[in-house]
Amino acid sequence: MAAHLSYGRVNLNILREAARKELREFLDKCAGSKAIVWDEYLTGPFGLIAQYSLLKEHEVEKMFTLKGGRVPPADVKNIIFFVRPRLELMDIIAENVMSEDKLQPPREFHILFVPRRSLLCEQRLKEQGVLNSFTNIDEYILDLIPYDGDLLSMESESAFRECYLENDQTSLYHTAKGLMTLQALYGTIPQIFGKGECARHVANMMLRMKREFAGSQNQILPVFDTLLLLDRNVDLLTPLATQLTYEGLIDEIYGITNGYVKLPPEKFAQKKPGEGGKDLPTEPKKLQLNSAEELYAEIRDKNFNAVGAALSKKAKIISAAFEERHNAKTVGEIKQFVSQLPHMQAARNSLANHTSIAELIKDITSEFSSFSLLSLSHFLNYFCQVLPFSSRVTSEVFFDNLTVEQEFMTGVDTDKVNTYIEDCISRKDPLIKILRLVCMQSVCNNGLKQKVLDHYKREILQTYGYEHILTLNNLEKVGLLKPQTTTRNNYPTIRKTLKLWMEDANEQNPNDISYVYSGYAPLSVRLTQLLARPGWRSIEEVLKMLPGPHFEERQQLPTGLHKKRQQGENRTTLVFFLGGVTYAEIAALRFLSQMEDGGTEYVIATTKLINGTSWIKSLMDRPEAQIS
Amino acid sequence: MWKSGVVKQLGWTVCDDLLCIQEDGTVLIYDLFGNFKRHFSMGNEVGQSQVVEAKVFHSPYGTGVAIVTGASRFTLATNIDDLKLRRLPEVPGLQGAPTCWAVLTQDRQSKVLVATGADLFILDYTSPPGLSPQATSIVHMCVSFSYKYLALFTDSGHLWMGTANLKEKLSEVETKVRNPPKQMAWCRRPKSQQPSVVIMWDGHILVAGECKNTISYHLEGVSILVPELDGVRIINGTHHELLQEVPASCEEIFKIASMAPGALLLEAHKEYEKESQKADEYLREIKEQNLLGEAVKQCVEAAGHELEAETQKTLLRAASFGKCFLSNFPPEPFVSMCRDLRVLNAVRDYTVGIPLTHTQFKQMTVQVLIDRLVYRKLYPLAIEICRYLKTPEYQGVSRVLKHWACCKVQQKEEADEVIARAISLKLGEAAGISYSEIATKAYECGRTELAIKLLEFEPRSGEQVPLLLKMKRSQLALSKAIESGDTDLVYTVVTYLKNEMNRGDFFMTLRNQPVALSLYRQFCKHQEQDTLKDLFNQDDDHQELGNFYVKASYKEKAQIGHLQSAVDEYNKAKNEFAAKATEEEMRLLRFQKKLEEEKGESLVGFSLHDTIRTLLAVGLHKHAEQLYKDFRVPDKRYWWLKLTALAEKEDWEEIEKFAKSKKSPIGYLPFVEICVKHHNKYEAKKYVSRVTPEQKVKAHLAVGDLEGAADAAIERRNDGEISTVLSRCSPSTDRALVERLNRAKATAAKK
Repeated sequence: MAAHLSYGRVNLNILREAARKELREFLDKCAGSKAIVWDEYLTGPFGLIAQYSLLKEHEVEKMFTLKGGRVPPADVKNIIFFVRPRLELMDIIAENVMSEDKLQPPREFHILFVPRRSLLCEQRLKEQGVLNSFTNIDEYILDLIPYDGDLLSMESESAFRECYLENDQTSLYHTAKGLMTLQALYGTIPQIFGKGECARHVANMMLRMKREFAGSQNQILPVFDTLLLLDRNVDLLTPLATQLTYEGLIDEIYGITNGYVKLPPEKFAQKKPGEGGKDLPTEPKKLQLNSAEELYAEIRDKNFNAVGAALSKKAKIISAAFEERHNAKTVGEIKQFVSQLPHMQAARNSLANHTSIAELIKDITSEFSSFSLLSLSHFLNYFCQVLPFSSRVTSEVFFDNLTVEQEFMTGVDTDKVNTYIEDCISRKDPLIKILRLVCMQSVCNNGLKQKVLDHYKREILQTYGYEHILTLNNLEKVGLLKPQTTTRNNYPTIRKTLKLWMEDANEQNPNDISYVYSGYAPLSVRLTQLLARPGWRSIEEVLKMLPGPHFEERQQLPTGLHKKRQQGENRTTLVFFLGGVTYAEIAALRFLSQMEDGGTEYVIATTKLINGTSWIKSLMDRPEAQIS
Repeated sequence: MWKSGVVKQLGWTVCDDLLCIQEDGTVLIYDLFGNFKRHFSMGNEVGQSQVVEAKVFHSPYGTGVAIVTGASRFTLATNIDDLKLRRLPEVPGLQGAPTCWAVLTQDRQSKVLVATGADLFILDYTSPPGLSPQATSIVHMCVSFSYKYLALFTDSGHLWMGTANLKEKLSEVETKVRNPPKQMAWCRRPKSQQPSVVIMWDGHILVAGECKNTISYHLEGVSILVPELDGVRIINGTHHELLQEVPASCEEIFKIASMAPGALLLEAHKEYEKESQKADEYLREIKEQNLLGEAVKQCVEAAGHELEAETQKTLLRAASFGKCFLSNFPPEPFVSMCRDLRVLNAVRDYTVGIPLTHTQFKQMTVQVLIDRLVYRKLYPLAIEICRYLKTPEYQGVSRVLKHWACCKVQQKEEADEVIARAISLKLGEAAGISYSEIATKAYECGRTELAIKLLEFEPRSGEQVPLLLKMKRSQLALSKAIESGDTDLVYTVVTYLKNEMNRGDFFMTLRNQPVALSLYRQFCKHQEQDTLKDLFNQDDDHQELGNFYVKASYKEKAQIGHLQSAVDEYNKAKNEFAAKATEEEMRLLRFQKKLEEEKGESLVGFSLHDTIRTLLAVGLHKHAEQLYKDFRVPDKRYWWLKLTALAEKEDWEEIEKFAKSKKSPIGYLPFVEICVKHHNKYEAKKYVSRVTPEQKVKAHLAVGDLEGAADAAIERRNDGEISTVLSRCSPSTDRALVERLNRAKATAAKK
């Protein structure tokens, strides 16, 4: 079921299995039939650990969403609340418990806190007078969730906001705890590198926790050689840029949540002759995206401009495979062909799906993308239709936006008010798009001149409403927007030293990570790359320009656990992005893992998978939302 | 002297504590040394009807207690350390006390099995299959150690044996004794060959099994039976005997004239000791059958079951002798058996008094044995055993030392200093010691100072916090909580401080702890808005106060008032921009309100942009113009805004007027595009001529005028533009045009 987790360099299925085992144990503690009341936020992350079938095997008969009032009637013995430790949720639970129907046969109540029990919450339940109504109060330590074969996420949406805006380091504590769990399963990580305040804090907590657990020595041969902790605010630029990998674009345009994407259904309708466009489905098409799907694993990290060729190549292979049936003469051959059919059909469906998705994306990005489509087989023939006018306009918008982004990243006129941004505001384009661009300009210019900054801010407030003054204030607090304090703009130095801009990015056959943004090499990944070779000592000067301290720590291994590396064996590095990581950055790291002479393979962990839009959104304050 | 109430039942817990179950339902717990530990009640309703009978039972969840009251109601607690009382349903038709009952653990649940007359109740009404018809009442019952088997004794003198789920009958034996037995217990062992039941009357016991024959033993004095995993202990005033089925390996070896490989090996070894050549004969006999491995195994196993050290030695020597003739026999079983026996013999010594069998030892594990030694305060022996068995420090030596220290802190006669030093000296090097547990113990004994001294040794700062709070060392608790990084802990201390201190001191404390302060701010943001304001006020954080008022203005009625406060705060914070923006917002609000009253157009809450657009949409051009001027809206934006608003209204006339009013700051391409967007190509064409040369091609294309686009592109000799136009031409219909463009392209390329 989760085989794709075990394909990678590190078998992340161990982690998933450990999590599943713990869940089963808890469910068995509450004997008899049960209903689960969910903190809605948790259902997505839980889906990555266990499907409904597992719950059902353990007598979970009903599921509800946590809300005020009474828990809906259900003829079960146990009601279990799965919640995050939040005070406001405790109040709802208390209400639920108190309004329980006294006439019905009594149901037992339980709470499962995810990821950790909280004294504060229990205190609140006590104040509300319901603490004693619970038979079991337990915690389910779910910090790092295996997301894919080389990817772990805490799925903690507000981590960046909490750490950098509100100075609330709860998620960092969970990070440290999660890394301790990981080390318990995969061995102590001997080397820790880091850059940024939060990274320093996490490393300190880890070292402290290790001291605290002294005595229960970990006897597992280390799987990871190095841990690299990176603060998101070391590289504020990358998430602002539009991702240009296939997966990155899917996320930019449709948003991937907990490994699923919802797509407009029209292009997925089964086209049967004679039916015309009668019964177009209206429900969005929901697809799971991970490396379990062979084709997706192959194309997800490609620059979108290379996806067309890959799809057409795949189409040819599949057609050829289907053609094989004509060559199958003997019963044995036919039998062999038939045995491969399910696999081939799955591959064909997968191809059809991704062709549709690529088509959807192309509609939006066409001026950017330069598909060579003529060679595609009959699967793709509708690609060749001339695009309708409306999509030509959207694609133009996409292209213009990209052009401006690239101007900023290469340092063109970043110190002046940008007319494109002004025009976008005039047209009242989506606010988040404006904020992304303005922030990007600010970051690429190491702050904006006070006059320029005030102009943008005023334009935004007048157009989108005064209430956004709070959001702008937040962006300033986290450093995405700032007035220029010194006249020296150090971004060009950083760009040149770290080679963040590559003029001749090869999208089809990349030779550098810059292909993921068609020219821009993500700073975070460049730092990771340089750490592996030749080491950070070579870039001391630039590191000093980036915020927060950089450091190196070593964790003593018990004797006998020192790894003897085989000749040519790659090192394994866990890169932890505190505050979020984009799909394009992941793609870049995967590219580095696959480089023949790279010498390092990467596993990626993060608090949350983000893109510019979801990131900025998490930093917005919307007072009007509180009225309703 | 017993001063408490009438005790109905005594029992031991899994942690070697004594349980005294009283008539009124109170259960008192004492430790091994007779010190009172705590008490709990089996429910209030027990009070009047009184406990008639009680049973102590053990399950994977711990020690449990079940009682039946005078009103024949059963109450059950599966784990006394995590007390949850379950009142069981009434037994239908039960008059007076049940004749007998027992506790069962099945399917992860504890149940009571009750007999009334010849019927049994679990939760369902049922009767055991094949119970002798003469029986009219079940007078005694017992459940096996594993809860798998049940034995019933009836008034007709029959003993029925079967599975506890009442699905299967094993056998029924007639004992010919009719008076009810004093006690009954199952006597079996894991993988038992002959499960049997021991029944006790005054003066004698009877062992009954599957066969019809029974064994009878004479008993001296008053005895009781204690069922165990692998047998039954019979204890009286002077003796402690163990009755068990002879283990298979022992039987094989010691049976008279046994030819089992183990027996032969033992014999071989005996001859070897005598230096007789017969040793070789015996050995050959075993080896010929290829059974030497089996022989060694039997000897090792049998040694485990023997209680006499001499016999153990003999058997182990024989095994060791046999091993010499085997090349690939795994050494592990032999070695671990030697170790186990050494430990077992040590604890079986009468000074320790834990006569465990090997089977029991394996079942209970070393951990538990260590616990038992610790309860008996036999610390040196416990440590010796841990070291001997090489138990990891964390689970072994360290744990014992912790218990020792907990005991040490209770020694009232010694000074704090002395104890603290003694403890740190002994525990210093042991890993994984929880000093906070020791400190808690010290605090419980009223030795706060000692507790604080001990806490300083605790490496886990998080662990120190709860105790520090209990001891009212809250400031210290706060810094320890922060040190641990656990924000929940920080929150807990902060809430505690809040209730404990006056507000001023509380704020001052937070001020010195920025981490706690920002967490408390978070808390207030969601829970106590007013406190949040006070916090900002105290810190003179005018920027945040300004933001606070802005938020308030969206929530409460006095919008303008709040905004005015925000302006004041922003000014104090020297944030000119925010102050000015807020003033503007106030002006806009006043304008919107006034206009709402005058024109009835709903505007409040709109941005300036949307206000102007609404005004234009309803034709209030003057007012729109006024806002544009008052708020110094940049020309470009205003033009865009007005153009879009008019186009939405499809007010082509007004657009034309607007276009002519003065030179457009946004050029004329937007005019073209917006008309096309609203499907009015006719209007769009009006503006194509006014578009700048750079945008001409785009404009022509927008209105679908390929020819015009081609002209413009060729005139500008722009390769890119020519290609764009080309890509829009269809080769069949626009052949002439395509040719012209291609020619132009060629010339452009030449230059």
